[in-house]
Amino acid sequence: MSVVTNTTTIGAIDAPSRRNTELALLVFAVAIPVFAYANVGLAMTGKLPSGMLGYGLGLGLLAAVGHLVVRKFAPYADPLLLPLATLLNGLGLVMIWRLDQSPRLIQRAKSAFGAFHPDAPKQMLYTAIGVALFIGVLMLLKDHRILQRYTYISMAASLFLLILPMFFPAVNGAKIWISIPGFGTIQPGEFAKIIIAVFFSGYLMVKRDALALASRRFMGLYLPRGRDLGPILVVWGVSILILVFETDLGTSLLFFGLFVIMLYVATERTSWIVFGLLMSAAGAVAVASFEPHVQSRVNAWLDPFACYKTDKTGACEQIGQAIMSFGSGGTLGTGLGQGNSDLIGFAANADFILSTVGEELGLAGMMAILLIYGLIVERGVRTALAARDPFGKLLAIGLSGAFALQVFVVAGGVMGLIPLTGMTMPFLAQGGSSVIANWALIGILIRISDTARRPAPAPAPSPDAEMTQVVRP
Amino acid sequence: MNKPLRRIAIFCGLLIMALMIRDNWLQYVRADELNAHKYNRRVQIERFAHERGNIITADGQPMTSSKETSGSDFKFKRTWNNGTLWSPVTGFNSQAFDSSQLENIEDKILSGNDDRLFFDRTLSMFTGEKKQGGNVVTTLNSAAQKAAFEGLGGKKGAVAAIDPRTGAILALASTPSYDPSVFAGNTNADTNARQKLLNDKDKPMLNRALRETYPPGSTFKVVTASAALENGLYTSIDEPTRSPVPYPLPQSTTPLKNEGNIPCENANLKVALQWSCNTVFGKISDDLGNKKMIDEANKFGFNDEVFTPVRADASVYPKDNRPQNAMAGIGQASNRATPLQMAMVAAAVANDGKLMKPYMVDQLQAPNLDVLSKTQPEKMSQPLSAANAQKVQALMENVVTDGTGKRGAIDGVTVGGKTGTAQHGLNNSEKPYAWFISYAKTDQGSPVAVAVVVEDGDANRDDISGGGLAAPIAKAVMKAVLKK
Repeated sequence: MSVVTNTTTIGAIDAPSRRNTELALLVFAVAIPVFAYANVGLAMTGKLPSGMLGYGLGLGLLAAVGHLVVRKFAPYADPLLLPLATLLNGLGLVMIWRLDQSPRLIQRAKSAFGAFHPDAPKQMLYTAIGVALFIGVLMLLKDHRILQRYTYISMAASLFLLILPMFFPAVNGAKIWISIPGFGTIQPGEFAKIIIAVFFSGYLMVKRDALALASRRFMGLYLPRGRDLGPILVVWGVSILILVFETDLGTSLLFFGLFVIMLYVATERTSWIVFGLLMSAAGAVAVASFEPHVQSRVNAWLDPFACYKTDKTGACEQIGQAIMSFGSGGTLGTGLGQGNSDLIGFAANADFILSTVGEELGLAGMMAILLIYGLIVERGVRTALAARDPFGKLLAIGLSGAFALQVFVVAGGVMGLIPLTGMTMPFLAQGGSSVIANWALIGILIRISDTARRPAPAPAPSPDAEMTQVVRP
Repeated sequence: MNKPLRRIAIFCGLLIMALMIRDNWLQYVRADELNAHKYNRRVQIERFAHERGNIITADGQPMTSSKETSGSDFKFKRTWNNGTLWSPVTGFNSQAFDSSQLENIEDKILSGNDDRLFFDRTLSMFTGEKKQGGNVVTTLNSAAQKAAFEGLGGKKGAVAAIDPRTGAILALASTPSYDPSVFAGNTNADTNARQKLLNDKDKPMLNRALRETYPPGSTFKVVTASAALENGLYTSIDEPTRSPVPYPLPQSTTPLKNEGNIPCENANLKVALQWSCNTVFGKISDDLGNKKMIDEANKFGFNDEVFTPVRADASVYPKDNRPQNAMAGIGQASNRATPLQMAMVAAAVANDGKLMKPYMVDQLQAPNLDVLSKTQPEKMSQPLSAANAQKVQALMENVVTDGTGKRGAIDGVTVGGKTGTAQHGLNNSEKPYAWFISYAKTDQGSPVAVAVVVEDGDANRDDISGGGLAAPIAKAVMKAVLKK
């Protein structure tokens, strides 16, 4: 007699592994960017780009290796995460390559730095490193619960990573980079995002009952005891302060949101949300009142075209340019390679890559991209729901919540929905740290989802089976 | 823990939804507004991304062309075939400094964005042809334009020539002129060239034929004579006028004199116009009164802007007191007229009193030369009856055969004209303007009426200078139209 106990939302016993679904989706995830690549070449020069074979093979190879590793080391993993990440990364590479072809940006780079270096080959390299890290995570991290052991090491590591850029010179007004000679620059904040989520998960898993129950009621809110909340509040506060001093506002917002979400999920107390919103409002007002960098961003958000009125040359705020490029894209877009999103100039292929998507792929393309991001987040949340251990749940929701917040903050900033804070669009934007860190993030999510969906070992035959017969009257 | 997880899931969904709503707002609701936003450089890039259509003379010569350039967002640049000659007609079109006149008014056709070209655009989208602008075919006569421009030479002045039968503008010259090619791009050199033109005290960018008003001087006596006949002050051009020499200006101690010793006492209209008698026409103006003079001037087109479609400034016959009105009757005081206006006066007389609305765009063509629209000549007003018009024609023709306008005469052609020398400046201290208005006539009516003004006339030789300086230019223009 077989006993079927469905203990989770999706992880039914004997559930299909869905590895073949993943493979089929990966074929699309590679084919679509390859077609997009051809499209850019045809639109801009009238012939198929010469690097097309290399590009297609490279992306295909990375996807294939990724898939094989998942098949081997995480056979029950969520089938959507890898194809979605591959598709975004592939499209990002196409967009970056497309912006590399822009005469305007080439001209700009030549007059500013004396030489132009295309970003696409570098991005391809970073993607390879990212996929390697993804593979590394899957191969080395057999069970995500191992990470639990490193709760306090994670705390130290994340603080170290956040402090590190203080000792390096500021780039474009923000001290968020460390430069390694001969390699380039690294943005440790992207990695700190994952590591701090590990710390929060480990700590909260242990303290969640104390935080939720051993609390005092104060003005209608339940406040936990200081010795429970204290350490996490300190770590969080320090990291926010560091980021504020490094003027990396996007990341500090992200850390804050991550903290509130995880605390809420761990304690199940709505008061944390209220508390979090009040604190963020207070923090935002405080930062905005003493930080000119923030003030200018808020002003640009309120009136994206204000600077054009004073600066007749038109080379002013990016946000106005970005909004116009979205508007010019319209419903169907101008077509890849045929827009003028490069008018944004600086950071067109990084923070502002989304306006290239908006202009050249139009509303339709933007909806698709946003849906892909939405799907990644949704698969992450489902993984959290399905996970059977509180640590896995917290880590999965922390990572997917951070991902969602990052997408919202960047896309919302570029589209003028909220003030711009300066972060990269995961996978899409040019930037090594971002791509590598996000591949690691996907790797961890896949690992958790594999554990969550893995069939439970068959229960040991119960010696009491005979004795629990249905009693008939 | 699943309950808060579900709530977080909803929260993440709301974040993505907010982005989607915002995106729809930007890319669907506000797309048109943002796409045409004045700070959106794409509008400019698009404007210069295709070959622009041309502005063409009536005899098929393109005044403009387009050149492909490199090193900037703007692929094509406007160039002119003899820009100095044609800039008063076309205006300028610059990558950095927008456009003016015909280039501006007909921009949609020239750039190919006009709705009437929608079908062409859609078709070329499928055939893969490059987008192209349509052409503007003007009424300008290249020979007449050249004659006018060369006649003005190094002098400051303007020429306007009209076909009296239709109102078609045949020549529109203004000197000193400028070449719009020099600032058609968007480089520093273009900016400097434009700044130099703007700083030039001779104002080369001013279109004197349309946008500058001058005191019309004695040429206005044609209007005064028409007013006298129309209002029945005199019925015949041979009727003596009972006017003294000098004529005492009403309500004033100043006598109005003539230039030189000419037979003006009690002279009839014919003699009075032949010698350009100030006394006679000053008195006529006063006899008719300010209101009747304004009415007649208005019928000729005064006191109203004219759109050809390029806007011409309004000429002014002022509302004024008696002595000033008498002076205005001889084209002085606050009386101001554009060269186009005075050409319209000559044209109305030549066309038997019927004034046709002046226009300079004959056809708008699609890039494949299909005609999109054609201007139909339009009657503007009837300043004088046909009978009176013929009387005024007799007066003007007499000026050319026996009077001050002999230098406007063309062998074998009936020419009517009127000279003028307009005093201006404080106490008439500045050099006067030399005027000449005229028309030529053939069996098929009058094909050309011209007004010429030269700014630096000779102060001492009143009417002769209008005849001496301006009449030969008018003659050359008329001959060019008549192909003689």
